[in-house]
Amino acid sequence: MAETSEIEKHQYDVVVIGAGGSGLRAAIAAHEAGAKTAIVTKSLLGKAHTVMAEGGIAAAMGNRWPEDNWEVHFRDTMRGGKMLNNWRMAQLHAQEAPERVQELEDWGALFDRTDDGLISQRDFGGHRYARLAHVGDRTGLEMIRTLQQRAVALGIDVFMECTVTDLFKDDSGAISGAFAYWRETGTFLAFEAPSVVLATGGIGKSFKVTSNSWEYTGDGHALALRAGAALINMEFVQFHPTGMVWPPSVKGLLVTESVRGDGGVLKNSEGKRFMFDYIPEFFKAETADTEEEADRWYDDKKNNRRPPELLPRDEVARAINSEIKAGRGSPHGGIYLDIASRRSAEFIHKRLPSMHHQFKELADVDITKEPMEIGPTCHYVMGGVEVDPDTELSGIKGLYAVGECSGGMHGSNRLGGNSLSDLIVFGKRAGEAAAAYSSGLEARASIDGELERAQAEALAPFDPKGDENAYTIQADLQQAMNDLVGIIRTAEELEQSLKEIERLKERASRLKVEGGRAYNPGWHLSIDIHNMLLVSECIAKAALARQESRGGHTRDDFPGPDPEWGAKNLVLTLNSAGDGVDLAEKPLPVMPDELKAFFEDK
Amino acid sequence: MAETTQLKMRVWRGDDQGGGLEDYTVEVSEGEVVLDAIHRLQATQAGDLAVRWNCKAGKCGSCSAEINGRPRLLCMTRLSDFEPGETITVTPVRTFPIIRDLVTDVSYNFEKAAELPGVALPPRDADGKRRMAQIDVERGQEFRKCIECFLCQNVCHVIRDHEDNKPAFAGPRFFLRYAELDMHPLDTHDRRELAQQAAGLGMCNITKCCTEVCPEGIKITDNAIIPMKERVVDKKYDPLVWLGEKIGIRNKDNDDREAAPKRQKSSVKRPRARA
Repeated sequence: MAETSEIEKHQYDVVVIGAGGSGLRAAIAAHEAGAKTAIVTKSLLGKAHTVMAEGGIAAAMGNRWPEDNWEVHFRDTMRGGKMLNNWRMAQLHAQEAPERVQELEDWGALFDRTDDGLISQRDFGGHRYARLAHVGDRTGLEMIRTLQQRAVALGIDVFMECTVTDLFKDDSGAISGAFAYWRETGTFLAFEAPSVVLATGGIGKSFKVTSNSWEYTGDGHALALRAGAALINMEFVQFHPTGMVWPPSVKGLLVTESVRGDGGVLKNSEGKRFMFDYIPEFFKAETADTEEEADRWYDDKKNNRRPPELLPRDEVARAINSEIKAGRGSPHGGIYLDIASRRSAEFIHKRLPSMHHQFKELADVDITKEPMEIGPTCHYVMGGVEVDPDTELSGIKGLYAVGECSGGMHGSNRLGGNSLSDLIVFGKRAGEAAAAYSSGLEARASIDGELERAQAEALAPFDPKGDENAYTIQADLQQAMNDLVGIIRTAEELEQSLKEIERLKERASRLKVEGGRAYNPGWHLSIDIHNMLLVSECIAKAALARQESRGGHTRDDFPGPDPEWGAKNLVLTLNSAGDGVDLAEKPLPVMPDELKAFFEDK
Repeated sequence: MAETTQLKMRVWRGDDQGGGLEDYTVEVSEGEVVLDAIHRLQATQAGDLAVRWNCKAGKCGSCSAEINGRPRLLCMTRLSDFEPGETITVTPVRTFPIIRDLVTDVSYNFEKAAELPGVALPPRDADGKRRMAQIDVERGQEFRKCIECFLCQNVCHVIRDHEDNKPAFAGPRFFLRYAELDMHPLDTHDRRELAQQAAGLGMCNITKCCTEVCPEGIKITDNAIIPMKERVVDKKYDPLVWLGEKIGIRNKDNDDREAAPKRQKSSVKRPRARA
């Protein structure tokens, strides 16, 4: 067994885990509040999943539609989440997003402009007005580069390719630090820090067809659970309606919603714009019911209603799924997304350059000439760490969570564009709260007593008695989640998935790793796989318990929403044995009357 | 389902102490890219094969390598680009020190990034917003498409073949950044001196290797480096600018711009020891 004396030790006021949009924004806020801050990231700086975000940042800046304001954005967000959102988070988000976007511009972001020279805003599903600040279809890259350059300019310490495996707590139950390994060398390091901000993103790598990168193994979700915090909304997984379906190598790769926002339509194999057949009662009053009205809406929003292709993502994904099941799909098992017949090649090149490049390079399809074949892909988890809406503090003192690994903000379904704004609004709040908490402390707890255990756990996969391959377990988990906990769910399949997860957990207790500790992806996956299994169990368990269909959770055996279920959250915590999760119901926070009024007369 | 075939591959395995090419045969299917084949090797034959990747969509710039000697992104290089039966050889990028297998130490780039002074804008307009014309932001936007794959750095012969140039040379990726900031419609700093002195812009002799390998198709040499060189030269040698400065008439290009300070060292941390 390796000596713990070789472990690097570092002291910080605030440690941020994750260097995507929310982590970088939190670190900048903590640093600016005077805290000694570290960013710890599994990847190189600037590579986090935020770079994949395409469409834009939702913020009611009113640059295109002066009628837009935070109240309309708040209402759209709550309705998109089928009213299960934490109302206070949705309110803060809508109120603060415009200033956070403006701030990115102060730090060097170059957004596309309106004719007046203001930040341009584009249409997206579920948003009443054109509201997404954007840079072509590579807005996420612009956000991460801007925040990265800001963090570097401020001189914030960055631990790159460094993975956190454990959180430490002191005798009072408050956070005292974190344990990590360097990917490059396989050596360990420990952070003594009273504040830890989880900004680790999502869980999509537990599904076979996904738009998510390798990093999305639910690390923050699992770290929080193991530290004693609770997760909410875990049954709600967003399947983005438009992922690539061909070739198999890129199946699941995201096709931005901007294609529809900019005029693209969905057609089945009979050439029919089928979305008109799938307008739910909940959105009837605000959705066009003829192609003529839908087409007029792009230029005249006052007198026309939104095209059904721009319904919230859960509605569109389910409709596509139904069309494919009914045998009206495309040759490779998707349906058609057509912008070629609706917009000029010049327009498409200008507005959707990355999509053009992606299809040309990876599928030999020219989207200015022919339709794309697309189908639903696992994209985003609405669920995450239960936090205080104003400070993003979890149930554990000193532990904060932001971005995709936090829960509540998006309710049962997230609107496109609300993710990037979520990152910067709550990133800033969490960073400030974490810095304030640290600065108010008089003493720091020692973490020395924890190091030996943490090191032994991280090295466990090297035990020569193991006989299981982490890559195989991951592939089996992805298949099971895809088949049994996917876009349409039943009690029977969910029960089956939980049994399968138990079997996989048993296999994952006997892992075998080939090679040494230096940059060994097999070892890294052997650690991550436990996080993936734990969050998968959360998703399956909550999905089985929620006997209704709402947002990103569709039960074939309970097809409609149920008002009783609409008033409660499902809360998951680590069980007493530490080998699984317990589930409890909890009433939803009640919205104050002055906010309720937004939903009555409109 | 897609057709499968057996692909012959040679992959560089080793670390900073040494290594060599190893032969593999791996099953691949229609439409796959080189990264798919590498992943299948990992999952079935070489669990510890080190490769850096994130998005597998050409958007993050993590999986740079040399494929049959050509610098490419592993995720954007399709197997169908090669002759059937052709052996595909994958080696790490050459300009940066090896960590393990296909992974190299790219911290040089993060050090250069830290030396570069960031954007410095004047206060916002009275209504709290800023105004810039689309046509003016487009120049910078081209450069901000950069995904930091560092392939341009890898092929730049100033550092590829001359390790000793690294301290004095920032490389094409950062000339792009200098140009972007210089062309920002509202930025108030003058980085021309710094680009020439600290970043070594003068060492570039415009062979355009960087432009050729850019997976984003950014015209690094024509649109960033050459205009940046011209701006530096204008400031130094243009007789009209010189005379203007002498007699107190300042070139509009210099209005409201202050020379930017050289920045601090990188705050990116590295492991202290090996296992």
